[in-house]
Amino acid sequence: MLGIVRRKVCAKGLPVTVPGETLRFFRPVVHALRNYSSAAKELTVREALNSALDEEMSADPKVFLMGEEVGEYQGAYKISKGLLDKYGPDRVLDTPITEAGFTGIGVGAAYYGLKPVVEFMTFNFSMQAIDHIINSAAKSNYMSAGQINVPIVFRGPNGAAAGVGAQHSQCYAAWYASCPGLKVLSPYSSEDARGLLKAAIRDPDPVVFLENELLYGESFPVSAEALDSSFCLPIGKAKIEREGKDVTITAFSKMVGHALKAADILAKDGISAEVINLRSIRPLDRATINASVRKTNRLVTVEEGFPQHGVGAEICTSVVEESFGYLDAPVERIAGADVPMPYAANLERMAVPQVEDIVRAAKRACYRSVPLAAAA
Amino acid sequence: MALISRSTSTCAPLFRPLTLFSLRHVSTDTSPITVDTSVPFTSHNCDPPSRSVTTSTSELLSFFRDMSLMRRMEIAADSLYKSKLIRGFCHLYDGQEAVSVGMEAALTKSDCIITAYRDHCIFLGRGGSLLEVFSELMGRQAGCSKGKGGSMHFYRKQAGFYGGHGIVGAQVPLGCGLAFAQKYSKDEAVTFALYGDGAANQGQLFEALNIAALWDLPAILVCENNHYGMGTAEWRAAKSPAYYKRGDYVPGLKVDGMDALAVKQACKFAKEHALKNGPLILEMDTYRYHGHSMSDPGSTYRTRDEISGIRQERDPIERVRKLLLSLDVANEKELKDIEKEVRKEVDEAIAQAKGSPAPEPSELFTNIYVKSFGAEAYGADRKEVRVTLP
Repeated sequence: MLGIVRRKVCAKGLPVTVPGETLRFFRPVVHALRNYSSAAKELTVREALNSALDEEMSADPKVFLMGEEVGEYQGAYKISKGLLDKYGPDRVLDTPITEAGFTGIGVGAAYYGLKPVVEFMTFNFSMQAIDHIINSAAKSNYMSAGQINVPIVFRGPNGAAAGVGAQHSQCYAAWYASCPGLKVLSPYSSEDARGLLKAAIRDPDPVVFLENELLYGESFPVSAEALDSSFCLPIGKAKIEREGKDVTITAFSKMVGHALKAADILAKDGISAEVINLRSIRPLDRATINASVRKTNRLVTVEEGFPQHGVGAEICTSVVEESFGYLDAPVERIAGADVPMPYAANLERMAVPQVEDIVRAAKRACYRSVPLAAAA
Repeated sequence: MALISRSTSTCAPLFRPLTLFSLRHVSTDTSPITVDTSVPFTSHNCDPPSRSVTTSTSELLSFFRDMSLMRRMEIAADSLYKSKLIRGFCHLYDGQEAVSVGMEAALTKSDCIITAYRDHCIFLGRGGSLLEVFSELMGRQAGCSKGKGGSMHFYRKQAGFYGGHGIVGAQVPLGCGLAFAQKYSKDEAVTFALYGDGAANQGQLFEALNIAALWDLPAILVCENNHYGMGTAEWRAAKSPAYYKRGDYVPGLKVDGMDALAVKQACKFAKEHALKNGPLILEMDTYRYHGHSMSDPGSTYRTRDEISGIRQERDPIERVRKLLLSLDVANEKELKDIEKEVRKEVDEAIAQAKGSPAPEPSELFTNIYVKSFGAEAYGADRKEVRVTLP
């Protein structure tokens, strides 16, 4: 069982020495990694995404990347670093700041049979193009009874960053995942990032790929299998990051990290939490979630986005519909606060789920309640 | 009066495989003749093409037949809608037939066409059948989208027709995307993205046009200016209704959209231009006899005199009829016979379409994804209807 051991690589990528092993710093050219034979390989999420894009563009000439600053700037968050030099301006296209226009162009190219990867600098800007994502992409295969499929990927950072304020912090998972015809994926680790992005690019349907800016610099160990260019993760399958028997905690993207930390804290109190990394928001892996709840009998859903009509609401209903008799406690829901994201650091901290929120909710689900916090 | 001249030199045949008819020997005569367009072209930032159009008697006859077929089809759809066999939205194209027919005369099936929701005749022009049209309108299995799309969602990918779109203006960036893909694939073909005078003000159109011009995409934007965006006249919606000029740095041409030969000439010119120099705008000055859709009488914002005036002076089918008569290609009776034939074809197709069944209930859940990975989908009561997607 691969223990999750994460060593944060600082922003400049300087190697950090840990007793017993040395962290190797990996460059985006993945094949060089094969030369290292010992110890766990580590990749940042950024490197994982870059290598996935590189490999898929190399394997299929129909794959191309378009978005703001993806070319000469090397990517607003450096995800597409080196790709312009390698594949040229015909396949790595810098667009003007016109989301509705370039997203429509991407979807039209997909209608014709190309495989575009459209980058939104953040998913907040996808709202300018949402008509093309939903009406032009998601619904076309159905409306045309299979004549026009749309093999496109819309990707970019989603959710809160740090201190970017209300217009730049929204999580779009619930909105996109409610739409039939779309697939919605959200990676947590580097292995997730590589495997899910490769799956998304190869997929014949439109995929919304929700990354997280704060995870880009985080480093995770990756298996040799995950480094292979044919590696792919299945769409629609969640991953049990940590097995447990007392309470199930579901999460995706950055919140998986919080959930795992919460599980460590709960373990000290004798509560064994099972952490599920959803990976796929649509299709949602209800089977894995329900099987887990049938085992633990308690559920805490965790997400960063707005609570009303969110991902947790869907998971809760799914469990109530399918596994009601197995629940020993009401389902607990941890989500972002029901407010536009504030700027001040203390308010921002209150607006996004913290590890202690997850711990508290899990204890409530186990009827081990914590004394009420002082009123806010 | 149209200027006509015959050339005796042999030329590439302009025979269009869509139509078959037996008239006197003249019907298959593909030897080139030249006809002048009704009015010269007006251009913006480019030199307009000549108003002398090379055509043939066989092409003119096919224009007549095809437009008559389209006209009859749309009028029949009007009746079907009033008998409630067609539901929802139904946007009819009668009056605008020359745009579809003239465009097809200039293009091949490797070129792409994309339009909005007034798409029945464009679909037919791209090789679709009457049966597919009427079946789709009535929501039956024999429909081009198996009954799941409806009036606004006709597609024929194998013939380069990409729909059929309900959101005003969305088809223009999509069309520029098709052009991008054609250039990327080095296909030496172009895309014609059609939109109306109402859609001409959409921001995304200018966004797409900017990118098309920057990246030299073989995209031709065709404004079918029928002068009314639903109930709003062009002068009430656009500060500048000179749509062919609104591309600014992108050249444009204003065309009499009721003259199939002018349309053909303009589209031919546009295709050559786009393959070398990037995007171009064509403004087709056209007119729809029906209202915006079947729920719009079309007479609250325009006078009946205006409508009947256009019908008398500029009807596209009448123009070609007069031309055929003056060229002595056919006589009145022969042309009336074509119209009778066409009417019969339409009636037969409707009868056949009525015999096509509604989709199977299981079709509710097909084509959501190409690859569903065993995902489930649900009906209104998910404990009653729950399906693993095919």
